[in-house]
Amino acid sequence: MPPVAILAYTATTALGPGREAQAQALRERRSGLRHNDFGGEGRLDCWIGRVAGLEDQPLPAAWSQWECRNNRLAWLALQQDGLMDVVAHVVARHGADRVALVVGTSTSSIGASEEAYTRLAGTGEAKRFPADLDKPMVHTPHSLGDFVQHATGLHGPCITVATACSSSAKVFAQAARLIEAGVVDAALVGGVDTLCGSVLYGFNALQLVSPEPCKPFDSTRVGLSLGEAGGFAVLERSDSSNEAHPQLRGYGESSDAHHMSAPHPQGLGAQLAMRDALARAGISADAVGYLNLHGTATPANDSVEAHAVAMLFPDELHASSTKGWTGHTLGAAGIVESVVALLALEHGELPGTLNSQQRDPACGQQIRFDNARRPIQYAMNNSFGFGGNNASLVFGRA
Amino acid sequence: MTSPVLTASVAGIGFWARGLPSWESARAFVASGELPEAAPTRPSPQLLAPNERRRAPDTVAVALDVALAACTAAGRDPATLASVFSSTHGDLAITDYMCETLATDPGSISPTRFHNSVHNAAAGYWTIGAGAMTPATAISAYDASFGQGLLEALVQLATGSEAVLLVGYDGAATGPLAHVSRSEGLLGGALVLVRDAVPGQPRLQARLQQATDPGIADTGALARLAAGNAMLPMLPLFEALAQRQPRATIVAGHGKALGMEITYD
Repeated sequence: MPPVAILAYTATTALGPGREAQAQALRERRSGLRHNDFGGEGRLDCWIGRVAGLEDQPLPAAWSQWECRNNRLAWLALQQDGLMDVVAHVVARHGADRVALVVGTSTSSIGASEEAYTRLAGTGEAKRFPADLDKPMVHTPHSLGDFVQHATGLHGPCITVATACSSSAKVFAQAARLIEAGVVDAALVGGVDTLCGSVLYGFNALQLVSPEPCKPFDSTRVGLSLGEAGGFAVLERSDSSNEAHPQLRGYGESSDAHHMSAPHPQGLGAQLAMRDALARAGISADAVGYLNLHGTATPANDSVEAHAVAMLFPDELHASSTKGWTGHTLGAAGIVESVVALLALEHGELPGTLNSQQRDPACGQQIRFDNARRPIQYAMNNSFGFGGNNASLVFGRA
Repeated sequence: MTSPVLTASVAGIGFWARGLPSWESARAFVASGELPEAAPTRPSPQLLAPNERRRAPDTVAVALDVALAACTAAGRDPATLASVFSSTHGDLAITDYMCETLATDPGSISPTRFHNSVHNAAAGYWTIGAGAMTPATAISAYDASFGQGLLEALVQLATGSEAVLLVGYDGAATGPLAHVSRSEGLLGGALVLVRDAVPGQPRLQARLQQATDPGIADTGALARLAAGNAMLPMLPLFEALAQRQPRATIVAGHGKALGMEITYD
């Protein structure tokens, strides 16, 4: 595929707002997870990656009709690292009609719908949402895309991708296609997901939530820690003006065709996505210097993913899961971990895996627990979702 | 710079609405106004095992039914096609269940209903049922959901894919949510789109443009029958294909439309 320049990228997670907060915590091996303090009484005994202060940061009045926790996090993430200035730059260069907006989320703002059901007015068939939550756009998956469209003024195609935990990795693929086909010249991509009852109690019902901080690829791991995050990147058709920037070099997408909530036992779908991404980038597996794994710390995901990685990559690869820092940020995992991969590419600081001590025997040499420092040419990111939905991305230096 | 013309041939069509359980019945209804007798009230997606067929959410059932019908009409093996699933709201009945249960007894959430609550549930069941390890996506763009799904399908063809399956669907809202996220009935439409021109198949030439009529009023027969469903904005294309009309316009969002010239030979 033609390379796509990445003019800017940012993430806001439990580690703090913006790139430097991510880079510093990764370097210092400082986790953002805390004991669950989200919601009212009867909270689950688990650990979460919560973004501090969202409760005290309402949307500016102009955007009040999109008010909800997810859009607050989108707004906070948009304000970091000069992202809005770069959005303004691509709009000035190409026109707002020629800049697409492709964002991913798994639950969008369902937290607001959940809250409405706790404050219903009336009885029986006449039960209604309270007036402050009677806003149709907040209770539909496109809440995120619609809010960011209005907040940025972009006028190209505007899409919310919702393929569970691969959502905001797939946005890079869809945006790259829109640019390659000539529909647009640039795109704002990203993803936002926030903590809510649906995901905490839903993953708990599937017995996938760990009572202690998640331990990816540890043989004693029992499940994931949920997190929330938002992140964005500005993509532009590659040309002489943007050749100093890192690039999206390849993407791969596949399906497991196996089970709604369990991975293919041999990770065939994961292997397909990674192979396809490498093929599109035109590189061999040994050229990759860092791979950010999906690495959720569920018993099934990590052993399957370790096997899939061992089938493709030499022992020298440095691969790790950063879920021990941020928690599993679901529909935002794709963008957050693409930011981690891009930071590794730009600074040569390769994160290891946090909270984990005893290697699962399923792990090949590729799975690293310790951080490392070395310049690399290519970085990858894996994101896999319910429904067996897989995406893998390759980033390279220009 | 204007938007490029994106092209595709329509190799197969699938359709399901209450009262019209197939594309053939939809075409006949558009032509004559006649509804088939004793149409089933719910699709029975043959791709799923019988027990799963009954348990599947309505939105999954309708999406899989029209997807398989489109593949069959196109003579394509479902396992070979990349797919784009587009729905405005996903399964509103499951959203209602999740919110209601979380408000009353959160610890009793059904794990199956939870994993069926993802927007890509239909895409997931489709790839599992079809044995398709191909890329599958699930998107929403509110009233432009079908338009943006169609654009993504056309863009996949323009960037190297030979064929792609596009599915649009929405179901009925239930509970208090129904006053806010409005959608009634059950509606699904699917197209197998192929890159190369094929004699005898409708050929689409589509371009993203400013919408001249922001509402794009649809007063066709299918739109009257499926009134109230959130996937209504897909129907101008199906009406045009049923009547072999040379033009169709689909909402693409934020003042944009996907304008199409359609040729038949």
